[in-house]
This record gives sequence, structure tokens and C-alpha cells, in this order.
Amino acid sequence: MAALAPVATGWLLAGEWRAQPVRMAIAVLAIAVGVALGFAVHLVNSAALGSFGRAMASVQGRADLSVRAVAATGMDEALYPRLARLPGIAAASPVVEVPASWGELARPGAPAKTGGRFTLLGTDFLRAMQVTPGLIGVSAAGLSGVGTGNGWLEGRIWLSPALMAACRCRAGQNFRFTAAGRGHDPVVAGTLAASGQDARLAVIDIAEAQDRLGQFGRVQRIDLKLAEGADPAAITARIARALPADALVATPDGEASRADALSRAYRVNLGMLALVALLTGGFLVWSAQSLSVARRRPQFALLAVLGLSRRGLVGQLLVEGLVLGVAGAGLGLALGYGLADLAVTRLGGDLGGGYFNGAQARLAFPPLAAAGFAGLGLATALAGSLVPALAAARVPPALALKGLGDGIDPGRRPAAWPGLALIAAGTGLAMAPPVAGLPILAYAGMALLLAGGVALMPALARALLAPLARAGSRWLPLDLAIRRLWGAPQAASLALSGIVASTALMVAMAVMVASFRQSVDDWLVAVLPSDLYLHLEAAEAGGISPDAQARLMAVPGIAQVRMQRVMSIRLAPGQPAVALMAQGGHAAVPLLQRAGGPAPAGTTPVLISEPMAWLYGWQVGDRSTLAIAGRPRPVFVAGVWRDYARQFGAIILPLADYRRLTGDLTMTDAAFDLAPGAQPHAVQQALAAALPAAVRGQAQFGRPGEMRRIALQIFDRSFAVTYALEAIAILIGLIGVATSFSAQVLARMREFGMLRHIGVARGQVLAMLALEGAGLGLVGAAAGIALGLGLAIVLVMVVNPQSFHWTMDLALPWPLLAGLAAALIACAAGTAVLAGRRALGQGPLLAVRADW
Amino acid sequence: MRPETPFAPTAPAVRTAPAVLTARGLAKSVPTAAGQRRQLFAHVDLDLHAGDVAAITGESGVGKSTLLNLLAGLDQPDAGNVTIGGQALSGLNEAATTAIRCRHIGFVFQAFHVLPHLDLARNVALPLVLAGAAQGPALEAARAMLDQVGLAGRGSDHPAVLSGGELQRVAIARALVHRPPLVLADEPTGNLDPDTARRILDLLLASAQQAGSAVLIVTHSEAVAQAAGRALSLSASGLAPRAPGALGA
Repeated sequence: MAALAPVATGWLLAGEWRAQPVRMAIAVLAIAVGVALGFAVHLVNSAALGSFGRAMASVQGRADLSVRAVAATGMDEALYPRLARLPGIAAASPVVEVPASWGELARPGAPAKTGGRFTLLGTDFLRAMQVTPGLIGVSAAGLSGVGTGNGWLEGRIWLSPALMAACRCRAGQNFRFTAAGRGHDPVVAGTLAASGQDARLAVIDIAEAQDRLGQFGRVQRIDLKLAEGADPAAITARIARALPADALVATPDGEASRADALSRAYRVNLGMLALVALLTGGFLVWSAQSLSVARRRPQFALLAVLGLSRRGLVGQLLVEGLVLGVAGAGLGLALGYGLADLAVTRLGGDLGGGYFNGAQARLAFPPLAAAGFAGLGLATALAGSLVPALAAARVPPALALKGLGDGIDPGRRPAAWPGLALIAAGTGLAMAPPVAGLPILAYAGMALLLAGGVALMPALARALLAPLARAGSRWLPLDLAIRRLWGAPQAASLALSGIVASTALMVAMAVMVASFRQSVDDWLVAVLPSDLYLHLEAAEAGGISPDAQARLMAVPGIAQVRMQRVMSIRLAPGQPAVALMAQGGHAAVPLLQRAGGPAPAGTTPVLISEPMAWLYGWQVGDRSTLAIAGRPRPVFVAGVWRDYARQFGAIILPLADYRRLTGDLTMTDAAFDLAPGAQPHAVQQALAAALPAAVRGQAQFGRPGEMRRIALQIFDRSFAVTYALEAIAILIGLIGVATSFSAQVLARMREFGMLRHIGVARGQVLAMLALEGAGLGLVGAAAGIALGLGLAIVLVMVVNPQSFHWTMDLALPWPLLAGLAAALIACAAGTAVLAGRRALGQGPLLAVRADW
Repeated sequence: MRPETPFAPTAPAVRTAPAVLTARGLAKSVPTAAGQRRQLFAHVDLDLHAGDVAAITGESGVGKSTLLNLLAGLDQPDAGNVTIGGQALSGLNEAATTAIRCRHIGFVFQAFHVLPHLDLARNVALPLVLAGAAQGPALEAARAMLDQVGLAGRGSDHPAVLSGGELQRVAIARALVHRPPLVLADEPTGNLDPDTARRILDLLLASAQQAGSAVLIVTHSEAVAQAAGRALSLSASGLAPRAPGALGA
């Protein structure tokens, strides 16, 4: 006899599907939703990362190696001949690289305007031909811009196809744009055919770029072509030794890892949330399968008597799980692809996270990842079926056939230690340090905490209900309900496990998002003390000149102005750039820590943001160096401030020091305090009028209230996917409650029939069911919320700092939690009554005489 | 019935065919609430040959059903051994005893235990497909068996529309469809009214005879005990033939 008879398995499976189509469909759906979310997040992320990486490779022109200036102000071009002479270097090409914009830029939170941002490159065409042929233009006549009599003329620009399409330009037309605080109006000479569809970039001659963009004698990068057979690692090391403080070597791998680092934590966290949905699905399958197995135990016993071995029975149930898993995984992959497509169209490649501006994501179908997620779904369904299958196989068939062996024995105490051990292990893991910069162990700890909480449910339900059970009640339905819940906590906890798991997960996510939002809101209030703000977009290479600044300060109605010059500097090759913010006046930032004394003589006092402290290990009171204007300058860390705006670190130094060190007198941001009685709107108009015409398109004015509203809007949008995942978890949880209850009620038909026979009224049975449902909902909601708060603390205190390098204060969304608890209790009680009404027709009266 | 079969407390020496079922020195005790063990029975010997029909009666709680479970390999005896079809059950693992049940034994229960979501033909064909038979022949055999128990043409009905007597007919068909050498019946008429019970018992015995199966019935019913060729009484000291005076008591 085979361990598993395929024909019998098929019959039994088909019979079960026919008998319980809704239950099976919900289990399939639970798996499908988990797989779909995980797969969709993965698809969108890899699509976005792929296009971002391609765009970056285009801008870099695919050089073998690059030397980059650490700051946007560039490095001395005298470095170029020194590098070109190094052994192992076949050719070198100096490049000026500045951010630029055309038209009117869209404001965050406002509808898109006519303009956009692009990268403006200045190259020496003859050198670039050898090193980065992708950055060579093709003129309208189809000729290369180099070596033709008609090639380079002053006032010509070559645009990438992506930029050409975005600005709707054609060869021969003028292209008006702003760069380095000035307006430019060159003629479009042709396209950069080899730069691909992903990057918005434009190329002009390097001499003209240096002249027009105020970059005399300076370049932002030098692209290098290695000699045939040269060892890149050895050359990289040799170059690194020859570099001044304001330059570093960037390898293609390093640049790719920078693109990855940009959004890695965000992607991993979204992926984890998706897996959480899958985990909830797993609990739902477990709960559904357990109830179904409990209901069919006598039937399995019959099969065992007739000739189905234990292994065959386990196999039978695993095949059931496999069918659920295959259906769920297949449906999930299809749903996931559709969801990803929708998300890329609606939210963009970064799912609203704001990491990949402008990059157009293209969706692919990666078979390996699809197999991986399908496998996860299958494994979840199988794991959810295995535990009940093994339990069913343990019961002696002779007892089970008589309805014994799985009986409720109130004398048996549920064990608490497995749950407590899991919780202890989970707590330990949750406090572990990050792995590869990611909170992997903390997530594993959360999974253990969740499993421990669910495992603890029978003991907890027994403990919570003990006082009620001792007291009893004179109202029969209440008394029966309490005794059932107290006497059979194992049965109750099956229904509860789904509720507890999904409640805990949604509470954890809700508390984390609420804490983050509250902290961001508090932070916004702290960093926006002035009445009016001005910000220049894409102004790294040069902002508002001193005479324009003087005109701004002369605008009537202004009491005080704080100027700021923002630029980005690279401190480490594989890390995204850090924002260097030179601020005039008193820094308006919420300080978390402050140095005890003043800065030592000869150092520049700087304030660093939390991510800066985390990523580079700087601490308050430390002395360090920063490459400013080509030379390492000693700095003193005078304080750490909370910053949610720049995930990769920011440094504030006094504007006066910056100007003294660099001689750069321009500014990119300003905060205005208005004189009493001044109208913000009128002052804003006057300021806009006082701005040089070239930068008006880049200028963005904001008032604190409006900026706060927009910032929170962006926050909510970036958490839209999180909210969606949360809503799905809630829905799955509530569906789980409904199915668990109806299954339990149906399994107890004979009990109700007996009660009806001995004179308990129909209404009383329904009241008993409602009370049981409400009681279970209450215990489940209480346990789920408590467990969820524990998970939320891990998310807020461990996962977020480890992922994003910022801390936040715990905030509890009480109304949401109370609403959730009420919904759970109502859903549990309502489902119990609904299922009860269905079960209480003629069913119970017949059920006492029923076969099983 | 089989008048040539005398009331035989132990195996008659004249038999030549091997016994379908042999039990020697079976003993079983169960744990009590006080943490001790209560002896149900000991020294149980039994032999059944092809075509034998025996009934076991006894007080409630004496362990009749437990004895049936021991004989079917569903439970382990404290002492003694059981041989089915020449194969001793002691020392066999669960898969092996399951395989023996699958090939050698048919079961009829007091509650009919007909799977509600399978139609009648599939319910009856279960023992065949569990033993690895293909679907087509299994269903064909099941329909033929349903014919034999008076349910011709009802193969695609579901159990919900059947009466108690009809359900037990399905159960008998299921017990005999794979032509097992031995049928074990635990109170097969306990849930039926006297008229139906009589007809079902006749059907069980006639069908078993046609299939050549030995039948062992555990029952409280005097009528059933009388209908069986051998009436045995189970007590703590073992299995004994019922005194003729007890018949009809």
C-alpha cells in the first residue's frame, strides 16, 4: 500500500473544496496577497534601481575610472595633467559637471510645471572621444561634433534623447536654461546618441563651461581610460596616493553601490513589510487548516481504520497545503505584476519614497525572483498545514472515530514556557546590532516575538478568564460562554492566533508610522521658525550673488535674514554625498546633544545631523577634518541635531567661516523674519521681483505652515504603500476572524443541538455565541495590541535607527488603536452570531443524530 | 446462516484451512483516575476461519470495543498476540498494521461514518483506492457492491439524502467491496430500529457469506447474538461460549 493513495487524495481534496469553498478561497487569497506584495515591491525596486543605475552610468559616460571632486565647487584642473602622466593610464578627460534646470521647476506637493532638472557637462571633445565616447554628440547632419569643420562652435549644446524629449527641443532651436545662477541660451546642435534613454544630460565645450559657469581652472571630475592589461586595483591605489584632499577615486562598482545605498534601507523595509503580510497569510492558513483538521478528525480516523497510514494522512494534508500554496503563489505572482505595473505608473519607481527623481522605471519579469517568491508562498502554506497535520496524525484512530481523543479537558493546563522562551529569544535578537547595515536580526527577533505571543495565547486566555470562570454568572449564556472559553483555551487560541498575529502587526506598523509622523511634525516646527523661506533648486554650482543678496535684504518689511549656502560633498567613495550647509545667524535646528565647551582655537565649529554621526562615527566633542576649498580644514563637532530631511548626513558650519575659507559669497537659501505688520504675500512678491531673472525659475518661496503641510503630504505619500500594506493586513486579519468563527461554530453543531434539546432557547444560544465571540475578540485585541506595542518599540527604537540612522519619539495613536479593538470585537461577535444563525436553523436538532 | 458451524470455544482440531484471525492470551488494562490501572480482560483466545460468524457480548465497560481495536491492530495489547492472515501483528509498525487492515479487514460501525462530501460510490470505493486501485475499476466495483446491498443506481447520491438504514447499507458495501477475509462490526445495528436492524444484519451476513468473509460482531443485542453462528461472552477472565440457557434471555 502506498503511503499516499493518489486517487483517494484527489477525491478527498475535491470533496473538501466543494464542502468549504469559501474557507479554501480565503486561505488561497491570504497566501496570494503576501506573495503579490513581496513580488510587487521587488519588481518595482529592481526596475527603479536598474533605470537609476543606467541613468547614472550615462552621466558618467562609462569611464573605466573617475576622479571626483568631493564638493560641487570642484577641484583644481592642474590635477588633470598629473593624472594623465601616471603609468597605466591610457587617456584622461576632464569634465565640468553642474546641476542645471530649464523652465519653471515643480514645487514639492504641487502639480508639475513646464521645467525640469538635468546634468550639464562640459567636456574636451577630443579627450572625451578616447575615454567616454558615450558623451560625444552627433550633429543634426549625423556627423560627430569633433573633427568636422563645422563641429564645435561656441554657443552649441548637445542633449541626451531623454532631455530632448522632456524639453521638447529640436536641433537648431535655442535651449534656454539656468546653471550656476545664470541664464544660458545656446543652440541645440544634436543629440548624445549613445547616452541611452534614462539620463537627462547635456554637453557643452569644457572651456565655455568653465567660463560661463564660473568654474575657472576647476573641474568636477576627471574620467580615466586604463591602458590595456593594467590592473585596476593597483592603479586605483596609485591614483588615491596622488590625490589632494578635495578629490577621491570613484570606481564603477563604487558608484553602483552608492545608487544602491541611496534607497537600500527603504527597499529592504518595504520588502520586510511585504513578508509580514505573507507571515500573516501563513498564520491564517495555519488557523484555517487547524480548524478544518479538528472538524475532520473523525473522518481522518475512519481513513486510518480503512487503511490510510499516518504518513499518508500527513501527506494528504500537506497536499492540501500544497494545492493552497500553488494556487496562492500563482495568483500572487499575477497580482504582484499587476500591482507593480500600477505602482510604477501611479507612484513612480521609488514607490513615493523620493529617491530616484526623474528616473523612468521599466518593469521586467525576473523568473528567478518569481520562483523565489512563489517558493516562499508555498513554504508558508506547507508550514501552515504541517503543524495541524502532525497533530492529527498523533491521535489514535480508534479514539478519534468515537469523537474522543481531541476532547476538551479543562483539567489540563496549557503550557506557558514555549511562548515565554520564544519571546525571550525574540527580545534578545531584537536588541542585536545591524548586519551589513540592515536590521536583519531585529526583524528575525520580531518574527520570534510574534510566534511567542501566539504560542502564549492559550495560557494567557486561561489566566485572563480565570477570575470570571471562578465567579461564574447567573445568566446562562454568559456562564456557558465563560466556561467554554476558560475550559478550552487551546481551541479558542486557534481562532485567536490569526487575530493576534494580524492585530499585532497592524498595531506595530500604525504606531511606528504615527511616531515617525509626530516626530517629523515636531521637527518641522523646530526647523521652520522664520516667516518666509527662499530656496533655489539645482543651484549647487552657484546661487544668488552678493549684489542680488543685498537687493533681497533691502526689500521692505523684512526684519532679519539668515542666509544659507548648501552644497553636497563626498566623504567616502561608496557613500552618497553629505549636505554641507553654511548657515548665517543662529542655527535653527533641534539639538539632541551639545558640546560642553567652545570650539578649540583654530577649528571651525560644526553641527552634525544624526545620520552623519551614525554613518561616519563622529561624536560630540570630536575633532575631525573636512575638505573645504581644496584643503583639509580642522573642524570641531559642537553638537548633533535631529534631521529627517537628509538621510545620508548633513553638516552645518557658520556662514562666515565658509565664506572666509572658500571665498564663495553666493547663497542658495534664505530665511526671512518679517517686520511687525508686514504682509508675507506682499513681501514674497517683492522678493521675487528683486531676484535676478535667470534664477526666478529655480526660486521656491515657502511659508512655514504651507511647508509643513506639504512636507507632511509628502510624508503621507511616501508611506502610502505602508498604509496600503497595513490596510491589507487589517483586512486579512478580519477575514481570518470571520472564517475562524464560522468554522468553530459549524464544528460545534452537535453541542448546540444538545443545548436546544435540553431546553436552552435559540436566542440564548445566539447570546452565548455573541458573548464568546466578543470575549475572544477582546482577549485577541488586548493580546494583539500588547504584542503590537512591543513590536512597535522594536521598529521605532531599533529598526528605524539601524535603517535610516535617525531616532524618533514613540507616539501612540490611541483613537486608531481603540477603533481597531472595537472593530475586532464587533467583527468577532458579529461573525459568531451570523454563523450561529445559519447553524441554528434545523441543523442542530438533526446534528445530535448526525453520523459523526 | 451456517448451521454446520458448531459453538466452538477454541479452534477445532479438524480445520485444515489456516485461520483468518487468531488471538492468543490477549490482556488489556486501562489507566484509572487514581493513577492506577484497571484490568479489562486477560487470557482472551479466539480463532476465526473463512465463513465463520461470531458475536461477542458482555457487560458495558468490559472492553468489547477495546478487544475489537486490538484485533484490528488499532491498539496494543498488554500481553498476548494477534495473527491476521498468517501474519502476527506484534512488532509490526503502524504502516504495516495499516497495510494489513487495508487488505484483510472490512469495518462496520454503530455510527455509519460515511464521508458527507463524497458520493456513495466514492465512499464505497475508498478501501480500494486506499489500497492503490485505479479510479475506474474501483468505482465499477463500488457500484456493483451498491447493487448488492439494494442501492442500485444510487452511486452518485450524497449521504445527506439517505436514511439511517440506507447509510448502514453503504457502510456494509464499503466493508465488503475489497473482499476482505475478515469483517469487524462494532454494534452495527445499534443506531437502527428493530425492523431495519434485522434487515441490515441479514444483509451483512449474507453479503459476507457471498464474499467468503469471516465476521466478528460486537453487540449488546440478543437478536444479533442469536443470528451469529457462535455467541461468545467477554469477561475479565477471557472469552467464553455463552451457555445455551443464556440465549434468548
